[in-house]
Amino acid sequence: MSAQTKLATGNVIGVAVERKEDLTLLSGQAQWVDNMRLPGMVYLAVVRSPYAHARIAGVDVTPALAHADVVAAWSGDDLAEDWHGGLPCAWLPTEDTKAPLHLPLATDKARYVGDGVAVVVATGRAAAEDAAELVKVEYEPLPAVTDPEAALADGAPLVHDDIEANRCYTWTLESEGGVAQHFEDAAVVVKERYRQNRLIPNAIEPRAVVVNPLPAAGEFTMWSTTQVPHIARVLLSGLVGIPEAKLRVVAPDVGGGFGSKLNVYAEEALALAIARRLGRPVKWTETRSEGYLSTIHGRDVWQEIELAATAEGKITAVRVRLVAAMGAYLQLVTTGIPLLGAWLYGGSYDVEGYSFECTAVFTHTTPTDAYRGAGRPEATYAIERAVDALARELGKDPAELRRLNFIREFPATIAAGLTIDSGDYDALLDRALANAGYESLRAEQAERRASGDPKRLGIGFSTYVEMCGLAPSKILGAIRYGAGGWDAATVRCLPTGTVQVLIGTSPHGQGHETTMAQIVADRLGYELDEIEVLHGDTAVVPLGMDTYGSRSLAVGGVALYFAAERIAEKAKRIAAHKLGVDVAQVKHERGTFTGGDGSVTLKEIALSAWTAHDLPDEVEPGLEASFVYDPPNFSWPAGAHVAVVEVDTETGLVELRRYVAVDDVGTVINPTIVDGQVHGGLAQGVSQALYEEALYDEDGNLLTSSMTSYLVPSAAELPEWEVDRVEVPSPTNPLGVKGVGETGAIASPAAVMNAVVDALAADGVTQVDMPATPERVWRALKEVRS
Amino acid sequence: MGNVSLTVNGVLHELELEPRELLVYVLRERLGLTGTTVGCDTSSCGACTVLLDGESVKSCTVLGVQADGRELTTIEGLAENGSLHSLQESFHAHHALQCGYCTSGMILAAVSLLAENPHPSAAEIRHALEGNICRCTGYQNIVDAIEAVAG
Repeated sequence: MSAQTKLATGNVIGVAVERKEDLTLLSGQAQWVDNMRLPGMVYLAVVRSPYAHARIAGVDVTPALAHADVVAAWSGDDLAEDWHGGLPCAWLPTEDTKAPLHLPLATDKARYVGDGVAVVVATGRAAAEDAAELVKVEYEPLPAVTDPEAALADGAPLVHDDIEANRCYTWTLESEGGVAQHFEDAAVVVKERYRQNRLIPNAIEPRAVVVNPLPAAGEFTMWSTTQVPHIARVLLSGLVGIPEAKLRVVAPDVGGGFGSKLNVYAEEALALAIARRLGRPVKWTETRSEGYLSTIHGRDVWQEIELAATAEGKITAVRVRLVAAMGAYLQLVTTGIPLLGAWLYGGSYDVEGYSFECTAVFTHTTPTDAYRGAGRPEATYAIERAVDALARELGKDPAELRRLNFIREFPATIAAGLTIDSGDYDALLDRALANAGYESLRAEQAERRASGDPKRLGIGFSTYVEMCGLAPSKILGAIRYGAGGWDAATVRCLPTGTVQVLIGTSPHGQGHETTMAQIVADRLGYELDEIEVLHGDTAVVPLGMDTYGSRSLAVGGVALYFAAERIAEKAKRIAAHKLGVDVAQVKHERGTFTGGDGSVTLKEIALSAWTAHDLPDEVEPGLEASFVYDPPNFSWPAGAHVAVVEVDTETGLVELRRYVAVDDVGTVINPTIVDGQVHGGLAQGVSQALYEEALYDEDGNLLTSSMTSYLVPSAAELPEWEVDRVEVPSPTNPLGVKGVGETGAIASPAAVMNAVVDALAADGVTQVDMPATPERVWRALKEVRS
Repeated sequence: MGNVSLTVNGVLHELELEPRELLVYVLRERLGLTGTTVGCDTSSCGACTVLLDGESVKSCTVLGVQADGRELTTIEGLAENGSLHSLQESFHAHHALQCGYCTSGMILAAVSLLAENPHPSAAEIRHALEGNICRCTGYQNIVDAIEAVAG
C-alpha cells in the first residue's frame, strides 16, 4: 500500500472548501503593517542617491534638522557604528565568492540609483519626506555600467573597487565525463542566445516596517511586510546587535510577495537601530516608485544554450553558460538564484551530458534576488526554446520532438545529478494536446498562411519540470546555502474542543490557513471552523523557515501531517486507558478512537489530557505535538503548457488567444486554491513574455521608474486560463504533494515565446526576445524582410 | 466644526483638513478606515478605489477638501445589516482574492461598474477593470465573480 492511500481523499482532502482567511480581507479588516499607528511613533524617510555611481563627498543633515517636525537625521557615517557587519547574503556559492560589505546606508559611494545615503526621522510621514529633500549630499558622479556582460568587459567601471572585473563568482556543474564528446559526435547542434529581461516584482502591497522598542527591557517588536519573519529575526538580530531572544518579528497580513519580500532589507535594520537610538516606535512605508528602486528586482541574465542531438532529434547533451546580474550588492539570496535553475537546463528530457556555468556580475543597478520561479523560469525558457529551435532545424513537430526525448522511468537521476522522484510527462502532453485541440490549431495555422492572412497563428509549448519544496538541508549545505530547508508545525488540542495549529511557513496570499486546516481536519476529524491556524509571529510560532520556493505545503504541510500523527499516537494511549484495552487494540479514524466495545473522541481526550485527573502513569498532561520535517528530496512538479497567439505582421502586436496548462503538482489538497496559484503564476510569466521589462539608461537611471512606465498587466491584457491537471502523487512525502506556487511563472514565458516564434518562423523570424512588444516584433520582421 | 464635512458610510464627519491631504489618507489616517489601501503613487493601481456619490474614484487622485459635502462608501460600509454585499460574497465563492490587498478597490470598482452596466460581458468587465491591478489572481476569478453577480 502506498503512503498516499492513507489519506481520506474525497473527505476534506481534494475538496474546494472556501477560504478561511477571506472574511477579514473582504471586509476591510485586514491588518496591514501600514495601518499601524503607535503612541509616540515617528516616521522614517530615506534619502536616496539620484546617481547610479558617485563618490559621497559629504552629507549635511543640518537643514533637515531645522525642520520643525524633524526629530533626528543621520548620514551613513553617523549610523556606521550601529551595524555588526552588513546586510546579509546567506548564499556564497564558491569559496571565493565576492561579498562586498553592504551597509544599510552607504558611506563611501552610492552604487545604484536609490542607494540610501541618509535618513530623516520626523513626527509625521509628510514632514519626514519633505525634510529628506533638505538633506544636502555632495556627490561626485562616476561612470556606471548596468549590463552584466558589459560589466565584465575590460575597462568597465567597477562597482566595488576591490572586485576585479565586477565578477562575483563563477560556478560550474558538469556531468561525469563532460559534454565535449557528445558535441563532437552530434549530428545536429543548435546554439541559442537568450535574454532574461529584468523584472520588477510589484507585490501590490508596498513594503512597510514598524518597530516598537521596550527600552528598559532591551526588547523590540518589528512588524514587517515580510515573507520570512523567522529568517529576518535571526539575521537582523546579528546585524543590529539585538539578542535574538529579545527580538520578536511579526508578519501580519502581507499583501503579496513573489520573492520580493523574501529578504532582509536596509529599512528593517534602520527602523530597528533608530528605534533603539530614540526609544520610540519607528515606521517606514515605501512609495511604489521608491520601491521600484529599493526593493529587489528579478532575472537580468544573458543565456547561451547548446544542444547536441542525433539526426532523429534525440538530445544527447546540453551546454549552458550564463552571465547573471547581481546588481550593486548582494541581498539575501541574490547569488543563489541562478543555482536554483542550474539542474534544470536539461528540462524534462533524458540527456546524458550536462554542462552548466554561471558567472555572476555586479552592476550599478538595484540588487536582483528571488522573483517567482527564481532560476527555474530562466532554465525552462532556455531549454524549451532551444528544443523548438532543434525541432525547426530538423523539420519536426515540436510536440513529437519533446515526446522523443521525455524522461519516462522514475525515479530518474538526471545528468545534472539530482533525482526526480515521479512524473508522467506523456500523460501531461497528451492531455494538453487534447485540451488545446492541437490538430485543428495546426490546420488553422496552415489555412491562414495559405490565405495570406497578415495575422499569423502561433502555437508554443513548454513541457517543463521544476524542482521546488526547498529543500533538503544536506543539499543546501553542500551548495553552501547558510540555512536549513526544514519546516515545523505544532498541533495544540485545546480542552474546549478547538485546536490551534502553529505553522512555520508565512503566507501572504496563498491560503495556508485553509489548506493547512484541511490537513488537520482530514487527520484528526476537527471541523474546519474549529481549527485556528497561527503563523507569522516569532513569539507565537518560534520555529519556522517561512514561505518561498513553493515549499509551504511540500515541507510545512508535511511537518503538519506528522505533528497530527503524533497527536493521534498520544491520544491512542489515553484512549486505551479510558477504554480499558491495550493501545494496540485502539483504532483511530478521523478523531474517533475505538477499542473493545467503546469509543472516545479526540475532543474528550483533549479535555482529559488537560484536567489530567486520570491519565496513564507515563503520559504527560496536555495534548500538543510538534514536528520538524526535513525533506529527503526536492519536489518535482511538471506540466505541459500550450500557448496560442495571433501575431499581426503589420503592427507587430501579439495577442494571446488561448493558454492551456496541464500541471502535475502531486496530490491536490484544495483544487480552487491550486487553480488560483496557477492562474497567478501564468499571469506573471505571460507578462514577462509580453509586457514587463525594467530598463536603465546608460547613466544607470531606471527608465521604468513607476507603474506608469512599467507595464503591470490588468484584466484587459490577459486571457482566460484553461487549466487542468494530471495528479501523480509524490512518493517522497506521505501527502504526495509537490508544490504549486511557481509553476505558472516557470512554464509560461517559454510557451508564449515559442508561440510567437512559431507564428513568424515561416516569415523567417526565428528569434524574438522578451518582452515581445509590438515594436520588437515589428523590427524582427523588418530585419528579415530587408 | 471643521472646514470639510464628509459623509462616509452614512456617518457625517466634520474635519479640519489641510488642502494637500489626499482623500485616501483622510480615510486611512483621520478616520481609521484602513480597508482602503495604497498600492502606488501614480494613480495606476486602483487599490484605493472608493465610491464618491456612488461612482468609483481613485481616492489618491481626490483631495479631501474636494469631497466636501459629498457621500463616500468604502469597503467597511458595503455590508448591509451584517450581510456581505453580493460582490463580497461572490469574490469569496469564486476565490477572487488571494493576498486581499487590491480587493477593496476591486470590489468597489465592480459595484460602480454594475450600477452603470448591470449585465456586462466578460470582455466589458475586463475593460472596466483596467484601472485596478491585481498581482495575485491573474484576474480570471475576479471576472467570474463579477459575472456571477451580474447574471
